[in-house]
Amino acid sequence: MRRSTVAIVAVIAVLLVAALLFWTSRQNSGPDLSTKQFAGPSSNKVIPARSASPPDDGNWTMPGKDYASTRFSALNQVTPANVGKLQVAFTFSTGTTEGFEAPPLVVNNTMYVVAPWPNNVFALDLTKPGAPAKWTYEPKPAAAAKGVACCGPVNRGAFYSNGRLFMNLLDGHTVAIDAESGKEIWRTKLADINKGETMTMAPLVAEGKVLVGNSGGEMGVRGWLAALDAGSGKLAWRAYSTGPDKDALIGSQYRAPYPSDQGKDLGVKSWGPEQWKIGGGTVWGWISYDPDLKLIYYGTGNPGPWNAEQRPGDNKWTAGLFARDVSTGQARWFHQGAPHDLFDHDDINETILVDWPAPNGQRIPALLRPSRNGYLYVQDRRNGRILSADPYGYINAYKGVDLKTGRVIPATDKEPKTGRVVRNICPGPPGMKDWNPSAFSPVTGLLYIPHINICMDMGAKNANYIPGTPFVGADVKMYAGPGGNRGVFTAWDPVARRKVFEIKEDLPLWSPALATAGGLVFYGTMDGWLKAIDGRSGKLLWQFKTGSGIIGQPISYRGPDGRQYIAVPSGVGGWAGAIVSADIDERDPTAALGFANATKDLKKRTTKGGTVYVFALPQ
Amino acid sequence: MSLRFRNSLLALGLVAALTGCDREQRQTRGKPLAETVPASTSPDTVFPGNANVPPSDPRAAVYEGNATAISEGQRLYNWMNCSGCHFHGGGGMGVALIDDKWRYGGRIDQIAATIVEGRPNGMPSFRGRLTEQQVWQLAAYVRTLSGQARKDAVSARADEVSNTPPQTQTKREPLTPADSAEQ
Repeated sequence: MRRSTVAIVAVIAVLLVAALLFWTSRQNSGPDLSTKQFAGPSSNKVIPARSASPPDDGNWTMPGKDYASTRFSALNQVTPANVGKLQVAFTFSTGTTEGFEAPPLVVNNTMYVVAPWPNNVFALDLTKPGAPAKWTYEPKPAAAAKGVACCGPVNRGAFYSNGRLFMNLLDGHTVAIDAESGKEIWRTKLADINKGETMTMAPLVAEGKVLVGNSGGEMGVRGWLAALDAGSGKLAWRAYSTGPDKDALIGSQYRAPYPSDQGKDLGVKSWGPEQWKIGGGTVWGWISYDPDLKLIYYGTGNPGPWNAEQRPGDNKWTAGLFARDVSTGQARWFHQGAPHDLFDHDDINETILVDWPAPNGQRIPALLRPSRNGYLYVQDRRNGRILSADPYGYINAYKGVDLKTGRVIPATDKEPKTGRVVRNICPGPPGMKDWNPSAFSPVTGLLYIPHINICMDMGAKNANYIPGTPFVGADVKMYAGPGGNRGVFTAWDPVARRKVFEIKEDLPLWSPALATAGGLVFYGTMDGWLKAIDGRSGKLLWQFKTGSGIIGQPISYRGPDGRQYIAVPSGVGGWAGAIVSADIDERDPTAALGFANATKDLKKRTTKGGTVYVFALPQ
Repeated sequence: MSLRFRNSLLALGLVAALTGCDREQRQTRGKPLAETVPASTSPDTVFPGNANVPPSDPRAAVYEGNATAISEGQRLYNWMNCSGCHFHGGGGMGVALIDDKWRYGGRIDQIAATIVEGRPNGMPSFRGRLTEQQVWQLAAYVRTLSGQARKDAVSARADEVSNTPPQTQTKREPLTPADSAEQ
C-alpha cells in the first residue's frame, strides 16, 4: 500500500517535470503568437520609424498617413466592442464612374476629395451638417489622356503641405492648389500623352520638393521621378529609370549592396542597343521618406515590352527600389526586385519604414516591402541589404531569393517564349500584390497586406513600337490561383517571418488597408463591402455594403465634434475592375491585359460608382 | 459508268460550283475606285430635318466581307497595336469591339473614319500611318469581331499565338438601329 503510493507520487512528479520541460521548450522555440500579440509594445517588436511617424493630430494629410507610410490612425474611439454600431454619417458623390482609388484627405475640419479623370477636387466643410462643398476645383485635363492610361483613368491621391494641395492630372501635369480657396497656384507640364505617358500616382512633398513620377509602362515610355519646387513648380531634378548614369542621377554617393547593381552606365549596358529609350521603369507607385537620413524610397515599374525576349539583359533600373537624396536626387543605393522581369512584376509597391529589433537588442533602420514578385522583403534602409525575404503567398515563377546576390531566382520552366503559351505561372502580371498598400499597426506589430491570388497563361509575341500605343507583346489570360479565392487579406508578423492569420476573399482585393489604435483593421472588397476586422484574430466584426466596388483607401480622422470618423471611396475600376468601369466584354479572356478572364463575374456583382462614404458611432 | 452515276457526279459538281466558289468576289476589271476614306462620314445619327444625310460609300462593298481584306486586316490589327488596347475585341484601354455597342458607329465606313480621324476619348488618329486601302482592310476585320462578316470569309486561326477561341465561333451581334442600313 505504502509502496504503491510512493510509486504514484513518483509517476506524478515525473509527469510534472516532463510537462514543465515541454512548456519551457515551447517558450524558447520561436515566437508564441498568442502571448506575443497581447504583450503590448515590447523590445522585440517592429515599430514605425519614429521621425517618419509623428504623433497623430487627427488629420489625414497624405495618402500613407505619414512619411513612414504606416496607414495607421492613432484614434481609438472605435473598438472591437463598439464597431458593430458604426453607421453612415454622410456621403458625397463625385459624379464620376471611373476607378476611385484616391483617399480623401482631412485637414483642419475640411475634407478634400480627389476624383479620377477629370480629376476634380472637392473641399467639404466638416463643421456644417452634411459637409457641404466649400469649393470645387476643375482642372480640365485632356480627354485623350484616357486612351493611354493602361489601367483606367485613376488618380491615387493628393498631398497636403503648408496650406497647399499637390496632385497630378492624368494628362501629365502636376498642380498646386490653395487649400483655402481652391485656386490653382501653379501647373507644370511634365509628361506627354503622345508618347503614352500619363500621371496617376500621388505626390510626396518633403523638404520643399514635390516628388512625382510618370505612368505608362505598357506604352514604351521611359520612366522617371521628378522633384518640383513646392513654391514655384519649377523642375529641380529628374531621375530617369533607364539610360546613362548622368540621366539616372547615379554618381559618387551611389553604393549598391549587391554586385549586379554595381557598375557604370548599367542603364544602357544592361539592354539591347537603344532599347533603354523606350524601356519603361515608370514611377507610378508610392514614395516614403526618412527625415533623419534625408532619403526617399520608391520603386520603379516593369521594363517594356512585356515580351522579355525582345530586351536581353537585366534592364536596369527597372523593377527595383531606389534610395535617393531628397534635395539633389542623387541615388544612394538600388536593389532590383525582378532583374530582366519576365512577368510585369513592377517593383512600385509601398515601402514601410520601421525600426527593426536586431538580435543584439539594437534597432536597425529598416523597411518592409510586400513585393509584387511575391516576397516580403525586410531591408536595411541605410544600404539596401536584405535582412529577410519570405513568400507571403503561392509562388511557382521563382524559387526564392538568394540572400548572397540579392537576386530573385527564376524558375526556368516558367519563362515565356515567343510563339508559345506558358501555362500556370504564379503569381500573374499583377503579382502577389498590386498597387494597393498595406497598413502597419504598432499596436499589434503586424503588417496587414491586402493582396491577390492570381495565376496566368502567358503567350509571348513580337511587340511593335509605335509611340503613344501599347508596347506589350503578350497574350495573357489570368485566373484564380490555388484554392480558387482571388483575394487574400494577410496579417504578417515581420519578426517571426510568418502569417498570423489570413482571410480568403472571393474577388481580387484591390483596396488598401487601414489600421487603427482601437485594434481594428478596415479594407474594402470589389463587390462593395467595407469590412472591419479584429487586428489580432482577423474576426469579421462589422461590414457595410456601399454603392459600388471598393478599390480606394479607407482613412480615419477626428471630426470637429471630437469623434472618430472612418471614410472610404467607393467606385470600382482600375485594372482589376476595368471589366465594369470600361465595359469590357468578358467573352475575350485576354481583354484588359488578361485580367478580364479573372473577373468575369464582376459585372453581376457590382456596378460603376464614385461616392465617398463616411462612418461614425452614433452620438 | 452508268447514267445515274454520271448524273449524280454532274449534280455534285453543280452544287460545288454554286456554293464552294463564292468565298469572295474580287473585281479584276471595271472602273477603279478612288482609295479615299470618307473623311466626312459622320458617327452621328441625327440630321435635322433629315437633310444632309451622307450617302453610304461605294468602296464599302469592295471590302465588306472580303476574305483577302479581312485577312490583311487581321495582320494589321496586331501590327498596328490595335490589339494592345482592344485586345481580341474584349477591350481594355480601348472599347470592346465584339459587343453590340458602337460609340462612333458600327458601319464599315464609320469604322474606317474612326481609324483615320481618331476620336476624342482616347482613340488615336492613324492618319498617315496606314494607306487608305489598309484602313479599309482593318475596318473590314473589325466588323468580323462582332460576327458581321460571313463565317467562311473569316480566318479560322489567328496569325499569332492566341489565348482566344477561333473567330469562326463568333456569334453575330445585332447592330444598333442607327447602323441598320448596312446590316
